[in-house]
Amino acid sequence: MNRRMPGRSGFYRSVAMRLAAAASLLIALPPVLSTAAEAISDQAVVHLLNRLAFGPTLGEVRQVKTVGVERYIAQQLDPDSLPEPIELRWRLAQLDTLKFDPMQLRRLYGPPRVLRGFKPNPELEKAQRERVRIILRDASEARMLRAVLSTRQLHEVMVDFWFNHFNVFSGKGLDDVWIGNYEQQAIRPFVLGRFRDLLFAATKHPAMLVYLDNALSTAPESPGARGGKKGLNENFAREVMELHTLGVNGGYTQDDIVTLARALTGWGVNSPDARLFPEYAAVFEGARHDYRPKVFLGHPLRSRGKAEGEEALDILARSPATARHIAFKLAQYFVADEPPPPLVERLAARFLETDGNIREVLRTLFASSEFWNSRSEKYKTPYQFVISAVRAAAVPIGNIRPLLGAMDQLGMPLYGCLTPDGYKNTEDAWLGPDATTQRIGFATALARGTIKLTGAAQPVDAARLEATFGSTLSDATRAAIDGAPPGLRAALILGSPDFMRR
Amino acid sequence: MHRRDFIKGVSLSPACLGPDAWAATSNEGSRRLIVVLLRGAVDGLNVVIPHRDEPYYSARQSIAIAPPGKPDGALPLDGQFGLHPALASLMPLWIERKLAFVHAAGSPDPTRSHFDAQLYIESGIPGQGTIRDGWMNRLLLALPGPRGATDAISIGPTVPRILAGKAPVATLTLGPNGAQPLPIDQPDIANAFDRLYSGNDDLARSYREGRVARAQLVAALNQEQRIADNGAPLPTGFPGQATRLGLLVRRHPGLRIAAIGLGGWDTHINQGNHKGQLADRLRPLGVGLAAFVRASGEAWHDTVVVVLSEFGRTFRENGNRGTDHGHGNVIWVLGGDINGGRVYGNWPGLAPSQLYQGRDLAVTTDFRSVLAAILERHMRLGDRQLEAVLPGAPPAAKDLAQVIPG
Repeated sequence: MNRRMPGRSGFYRSVAMRLAAAASLLIALPPVLSTAAEAISDQAVVHLLNRLAFGPTLGEVRQVKTVGVERYIAQQLDPDSLPEPIELRWRLAQLDTLKFDPMQLRRLYGPPRVLRGFKPNPELEKAQRERVRIILRDASEARMLRAVLSTRQLHEVMVDFWFNHFNVFSGKGLDDVWIGNYEQQAIRPFVLGRFRDLLFAATKHPAMLVYLDNALSTAPESPGARGGKKGLNENFAREVMELHTLGVNGGYTQDDIVTLARALTGWGVNSPDARLFPEYAAVFEGARHDYRPKVFLGHPLRSRGKAEGEEALDILARSPATARHIAFKLAQYFVADEPPPPLVERLAARFLETDGNIREVLRTLFASSEFWNSRSEKYKTPYQFVISAVRAAAVPIGNIRPLLGAMDQLGMPLYGCLTPDGYKNTEDAWLGPDATTQRIGFATALARGTIKLTGAAQPVDAARLEATFGSTLSDATRAAIDGAPPGLRAALILGSPDFMRR
Repeated sequence: MHRRDFIKGVSLSPACLGPDAWAATSNEGSRRLIVVLLRGAVDGLNVVIPHRDEPYYSARQSIAIAPPGKPDGALPLDGQFGLHPALASLMPLWIERKLAFVHAAGSPDPTRSHFDAQLYIESGIPGQGTIRDGWMNRLLLALPGPRGATDAISIGPTVPRILAGKAPVATLTLGPNGAQPLPIDQPDIANAFDRLYSGNDDLARSYREGRVARAQLVAALNQEQRIADNGAPLPTGFPGQATRLGLLVRRHPGLRIAAIGLGGWDTHINQGNHKGQLADRLRPLGVGLAAFVRASGEAWHDTVVVVLSEFGRTFRENGNRGTDHGHGNVIWVLGGDINGGRVYGNWPGLAPSQLYQGRDLAVTTDFRSVLAAILERHMRLGDRQLEAVLPGAPPAAKDLAQVIPG
């Protein structure tokens, strides 16, 4: 993490540049944005905070009004310009396992080495299973703290989006050792950058190589083919096209899957006692690579060896089908479960124009009338519900376990999605009779201070909570709150239909 | 391979003529259907093993299951097929003819995408990506009589596509803490939220369905579980859930359909043979299904359980002792009143020319015709209702109609 805060002049210069860039988009902006800051409605600001952030926290509606909507968007798109709270930086600094690289993690937390001719030691194995739990604990704590406390809210929202897009499951193989590092190294640095860089980082991370089995995929006729690595594995090649890039109707065939799998043979995971590149966990093992010529999606691949897989990934990253697929998913996440096709088209065009610049695609999205006209159309996922509730309640968080428990109960355990499609963010995936009662249960416990996030949890002050939402609560919700006993009012706000949506 | 008698002729099943008062329970209004979705594509060729087909052993050097009679071999079914030894807990049901299989079954759609293929078996309309409701929800609408909030249950925290639609569906995790109290069980809190959710939008509707379902199901579950387990904890995972479902079915005759999804079948690497990854997934599934049968008591006689998966896996083992996405698979049918003890279907063979695209078990039975047989003969749907539940589905194949007695 960059600990250096930008100097004031740099900060303002950068804002000025963003504003100049934003000015060129003003024609596309809805009228609400072109009026004076004071006239911006609470509804518009809460909408913005519900989508670019995990909902408003105390005083934030006021702050955004002061800063102005355009400038808020520009700042969020340039997260390095925003200093992080001291508390967050300090808490993250305590999480040691976030600082190690994959090879160190494997040596410190991975399964014990068993020397040839020796039996595994059950005691050591048990100790390792205990030891490795800290990885998931640290990763979860870092994720929750950042989501709740970070000023770089859009960055955290995009971490949620991209982690699900490039999902790996912490329960597969060595991924219990690498899950935190995967997010740190392969997802976080790229969430607003170039899609190609994100695709490359995720694909080359040992956690992904293990999760979708590419680490074992081997050219059957290669000199390195033996034992459990003696042939091709289609798993990664299929999912990278279906889920990560082109989309299921993106125009590829079973032959393309096999070709891509062949191009990626040898992209594997280093042995813990390797003499070659001992500091790298992900390596290209040429001895297992398929060196025959290949035609992929109609393109003859010109490179050989490791570069061949990269060439194939580049073709995928720059394909119009990928642009449409990513545009659709972003519009679905930020606008509506069934996003308006003209918006998807415009975002896809922007993606292609900017060589997959995610920041620029989002800039277009946030300036669109479709975005501004979609208020409360999205039903929160359990992750968004829990985090937004903690932010709105503005309670200190010491212990995150009750938050993780709530997400488990609601069917969305953090880092627990087994399948590579990641968690959905649509209403049909999450809205159910039990979901509502469980969410109300969490909201009520949080509001009444019966969830132990710190040693002495306090009930949430209903008046402060109302102030957090400004004038945005619906008449029906307001009426129900006014008629309820004072001790239940905060629970009713956090458990209201208004708060289930974003 | 028997191609007849999938749905039972009474004389074939002496076990059913015992002292059970099953005739008294064959109430049309309480016949129920439970679907277990194995998400991720289970390797059907290692569930019901074609041990007489020589190519099976040459194509699966490290993952094949030995024939019956050999060490760690398959459990003998009918001479042609054997059952994975991790499913030994299901053998009593097979012998009692309460368990049948339909081999080489699957979707007419050729996709090897997990997510599309699951969508199709859940919507019941292969090839169409835009269907929003599931065939089990349409089944609920097609059944006669008024529909209550707990006629259909999704076992898990959410409602999967197969149950999604207009009719209300309750969700229950059926885990060890599933029946523990929530704030909403307190009257003052419930009253306040009832007012908040008194509208007519989808959130308010789901809230009210949840309140009714919770009141009915949690009460039934608590009561039955106290009687049944004498305080002993139930097993964890699927066996525990299945036991609780059995208890619920016994206590709550209004429950007509239920579905549960189980993951972890996508065995691209180190699938294992008689032991290993797949065996470790199959064992609790078999134990759970057997526990469900025991726990459901007499309600078992009105119950059919179908176990299916989105597609099968490659016939040949891949280079990592696993299998990739394939096509044909095996469908499991269990029921207290079925004509089991047989492997139904039309076995296409495993010679290269008999494989689908040269790599997968072919599909010779559309999964919808298996479902149609069950819907027609067990759930007693007429032609028009069947068309509403599975539009455009091929008719129930004649041989499959035998699975369930008329």
